[in-house]
Amino acid sequence: MPEQNSKPIKGPGRRGPMGPKPKIKNPGKLFVRLMKYILRYYTPHCIVVVACIIATVLSSVQGTMFIQTLIDDYIEPMTRSQNLDFGPLAERMFRVAVFYAVGVVTAYIQSRVMVNVSQGTLLRLREEMFSKMESLPIKYFDTHSHGDIMSMYTNDIDTLRQMISQSIPQFINSLITVVSVLACMMVLSVPLTVLTLVMVGVVMYLTKKLAGLSGSYFVAQQKDIGELNGYIEEMISGQKVVKVFCHEEESKEHFSEKNEKLYESAYQANQFANMLGPINAQVGNISYVFCAIAGGLLALNGVFDFTIGKLVSFLNFNRSFNMPISQISQQLNAVVMALAGADRIFALMDEQPETDDGYVELVNARENHDGTLTECEERTGIWAWKHFHKEENTTTYQRLEGEVVFDHVDFGYNDEKIILHDIEMYAKPGQKIAFVGATGAGKTTITNLINRFYDIQDGKIRYDGINVNKIKKKDLRQSLGVVLQDTHLFTGTVEENIRYGKLNASHEEVVNASKLANAHSFIKRLPDGYNTMLTGDGASLSQGQRQLLAIARAAIADPPALILDEATSSIDTRTEKLVQQGMDRLMGGRTTFVIAHRLSTVRNSDCIMVLEDGRIIERGTHDELIDRQGKYYQLYTGKTASDLV
Amino acid sequence: MLKTLGAHIREYKKASILTPIFMILEVLFEMIIPFLMASIIDKGIEAGNMGHIYKVGAFMVVAAFLGLLAGLLGGRYGAIASAGFAKNVRKAMYDNIQTFSFSNIDKFSTSGLVTRLTTDVTNLQNAYQMILRMCMRAPASLICAMCMAFYTNIRIASIYLIAVFLLGIVLFIIIKITMKYFNQVFKKYDKLNESVQENVSAIRVVKAYAREGHEKEKFDTAGGNIYKMFVKAESLIALNSPIMQFTVYTCILLISWIGANMIVGSSLTTGELTALLSYCMNILMSLMMLSMIFVMITLSIASAERIVEVLDEKADITNPENPVLEVTDGSVVFDHVNFRYKKDAEDYVLKDINLDIHTGETVGILGGTGSAKSSLVNLISRLYDVTDGQVKVGGRDVREYDIEVLRDEVSVVLQKNVLFSGTVLENLRWGDKNATREECIHACELACADEFISKMKDGYDTYIEQGGSNVSGGQKQRICIARALLKKPKILILDDSTSAVDTATDAKIRKAFAEEIPGTTKFIIAQRISSIEHCDRIIVMEDGMVDGFGTHKELLENNEIYHDIYESQMSGSGDFDEPGKE
Repeated sequence: MPEQNSKPIKGPGRRGPMGPKPKIKNPGKLFVRLMKYILRYYTPHCIVVVACIIATVLSSVQGTMFIQTLIDDYIEPMTRSQNLDFGPLAERMFRVAVFYAVGVVTAYIQSRVMVNVSQGTLLRLREEMFSKMESLPIKYFDTHSHGDIMSMYTNDIDTLRQMISQSIPQFINSLITVVSVLACMMVLSVPLTVLTLVMVGVVMYLTKKLAGLSGSYFVAQQKDIGELNGYIEEMISGQKVVKVFCHEEESKEHFSEKNEKLYESAYQANQFANMLGPINAQVGNISYVFCAIAGGLLALNGVFDFTIGKLVSFLNFNRSFNMPISQISQQLNAVVMALAGADRIFALMDEQPETDDGYVELVNARENHDGTLTECEERTGIWAWKHFHKEENTTTYQRLEGEVVFDHVDFGYNDEKIILHDIEMYAKPGQKIAFVGATGAGKTTITNLINRFYDIQDGKIRYDGINVNKIKKKDLRQSLGVVLQDTHLFTGTVEENIRYGKLNASHEEVVNASKLANAHSFIKRLPDGYNTMLTGDGASLSQGQRQLLAIARAAIADPPALILDEATSSIDTRTEKLVQQGMDRLMGGRTTFVIAHRLSTVRNSDCIMVLEDGRIIERGTHDELIDRQGKYYQLYTGKTASDLV
Repeated sequence: MLKTLGAHIREYKKASILTPIFMILEVLFEMIIPFLMASIIDKGIEAGNMGHIYKVGAFMVVAAFLGLLAGLLGGRYGAIASAGFAKNVRKAMYDNIQTFSFSNIDKFSTSGLVTRLTTDVTNLQNAYQMILRMCMRAPASLICAMCMAFYTNIRIASIYLIAVFLLGIVLFIIIKITMKYFNQVFKKYDKLNESVQENVSAIRVVKAYAREGHEKEKFDTAGGNIYKMFVKAESLIALNSPIMQFTVYTCILLISWIGANMIVGSSLTTGELTALLSYCMNILMSLMMLSMIFVMITLSIASAERIVEVLDEKADITNPENPVLEVTDGSVVFDHVNFRYKKDAEDYVLKDINLDIHTGETVGILGGTGSAKSSLVNLISRLYDVTDGQVKVGGRDVREYDIEVLRDEVSVVLQKNVLFSGTVLENLRWGDKNATREECIHACELACADEFISKMKDGYDTYIEQGGSNVSGGQKQRICIARALLKKPKILILDDSTSAVDTATDAKIRKAFAEEIPGTTKFIIAQRISSIEHCDRIIVMEDGMVDGFGTHKELLENNEIYHDIYESQMSGSGDFDEPGKE
């Protein structure tokens, strides 16, 4: 069967605009933090934006006010006086036009500057998230699902973009509009303003009622969506089994039930949500009508100095007052949504990075005649640990040999549950140490401790006599080549993938490493040879080929010590031999820790550690262990298991 | 595409038609208001007629309330129509997926199908609602306002016509260009996220090679490029609102000037002028709304296309016209079978397979990964169709059988097997709906599953979590075998189904098979020689071809591959973590 994605990548659940509000502990504080984050680099930009918003709003308001002047001060007098001098009106209109022009320009400046602010902030946010992520300990990736991490880069960043580029400026715009329109309305007529405000109150009351009503339906809808999607995911993932058992009809039936249920709650929920629009618009219209009648009466009777011009202007303001009010609540909603995303992003940023208190560095060295070492730039094949002694202000060099000692090491992924107990181990330079034992016995875990993917609870690990905690992590890891059981390749050419082991390697070095790893012959046969593009974790290559590339990648790094995790999955016999050969060549002359599955690997080891339940229960060479007739003997001969047959 | 999707509106046609009608009614009532307003000003205020103000005012209130009613009904029917449409589309997709063959499923991939059924349908539902409610409302509002404007004053209304025309063109151009940019930038953006994904899953490699800095550099370069493209695209969009404002302002100034002149010249009233100003806002707002709808629809087209792909997909394995309803015996014949998964694939996965297997025989299949062992057995229950040649079960070509009959008689325990959420019993009864508890227990005893199920807290009523996450790999495999046994098939295929079961249990299961269901033809795919060496005959697969077919003894003597594997496994190399391997 063709290789296929058996695990559907869990799409981070879409949060609809009316979904139940996410809970955030302290939205105010979070908002301030986000604003600070934006302002750190964009304070002048933001000042410009706010100034522009004010100018834009004022320009629009003065336009509406002008209509009153137009009617009351120009048209009405002119119709009455028969004085047809349009000069003053033209002059006045020119002034209005200039203000309008300013409004248009500031509107453009505002949106244009906002593009830089929002995209710039997001760029910085993404970069900081990524760089933070790279610095986190492996534990973080063990405890957070990849889907959750990814959704920060996609969903959360997207909602933030919405919020920064749209919701916040619109919110400010609405706020300023409301304030200035309110002021203008007050100037035109206090009683009508009161009437308008009463109607706004009615709208807000209705909105709140409806939101409460629809809220419960939205919760129901959310639940039904969750159930249906869960069912879809389970059944589609098991679709082949459904086929094999001819279970299609039952599956359809169950689906239909859940689908109907979702329909019920979905239409109920949407129905109420859809009501908000008409209510806002039409109650707005009713408010407009009431003001028109009341205003008409006022104007007719000339009470409070009210005129037709004022009425027309006021009615226009009434229109432009209702809109921002309903928008403000929408924007607030959007902000709360985005804050939930910001909360997760900031949580990532607040994670503790891998601690690295090491000071011992790994350097290339050259041996002097007297046997001492001198640091040098180029690769000499000799490495030295560079100690800097603070007290004496001196630097000493110690040759890298590849001796690794575990001294009473205890380890657990958390303090409560220790999974490796009192590990004692001694690897002399150039020795090959094999770990065998059942899955879960702790083989992989031990190798993860050597390069400090995890830190130990108790005991000491020494590398050439130096406590690994004192070695800079980067240098420690570069001194250890790793071929993991699951091969991960990166998007890029084959050559780039191999070069991952040594970034400045020449093409010749890449070819040599591939030859050593037995990868050269298959690479040559790829459509573009070393320049063949690999995507999707090298999906176009076979398992065996991917392993060969991983070996080549380790080979080019030419590390003094190696950690190998032999793949369990069987590959075809020919490739398997190639992989085996490549691994053997790679191990030659290096201290190697190998998690072994193949007999030949184990047999050639200098020392075999048999692990069970996180303890080393036997150790020794192959012959010694066979003689002992213990667990190793059992594993090796399969005796106890086959005795039962 | 529209035709395919439209066919699924069905019982929600009424709601789908009513929604836009109510939306248009809402618009109409809304449009009357400024018109009545003009009358209040001209005939009421200017003429000093209080009665007229009350009368027209009352009309306005009625119009507003009718508008509200129409709006509410439009909202209700819109919700019904869109939720119902989504329901129908989802059901149609799901039903069609049920007819899919394995190769149809492979084509879309599981995660692809799930996304289409969930996210894409939601997108479509939102778009449909938007179309029903807004697509009618915005143009209706535009046209009504335009008509009212023309009715009020032709000269001024023609200013709108020109403005709408110009603004429309400009908006259209901006949207066109930005959509192009956005498509590009979103593609890049996806790539960036892919590389993040890659980093997350390969974090151990990154850290093992201490390449954090290198990755950061790569990311920053890509991120920087995206920033530039986004800024370019959004800068164009930033033009939208100033252009809009410019048009509105120009219109207001023109109307004011021309209007003032006309009022003074008595060819226009003050009331009419205010009505015209209202319509001006209406017209331009609807235009803006239209451009938004356009963007929304463009974005949802991709979802609609993905959905239609699923709806249009034809199952490539279907029942024959006059299907044979009985499988007479469990013999299997492969007659010059060639097979490839895709028609355009270069190489055959299976090449010239010829096999003749008798009823009741137990056949082992051995070979490395990629040697097409699974492909071989998948042809027997017609999970895939052969490319050339034929596969015969019970003496007849598998393509002549009714599929359900065939698959009930040929029971497969798939390599990637799944349990579903539900009790153990419910899972077992997938094999036979009407199986009694005793029958289920018996099947479990055969599969060595009873020994751990009976020890569970709720025994056979223990709830299995989704994907069987609360049982171990070996336990899952044994339940799956029991489930397949309940079908009481004539042919049983175990595709590497005991890989996570320890050797002793494995042997017990095999023994039970031999004793309890001797008449059933059994195919056992395995990695371990010990699992198949006792089979009547063993097929050695290599590179899609049968490399050897015979008894253990024969193969050991004259098959090189078999001999090699035997040597390496029996001399003890094997897998050191065999017992715990999940």
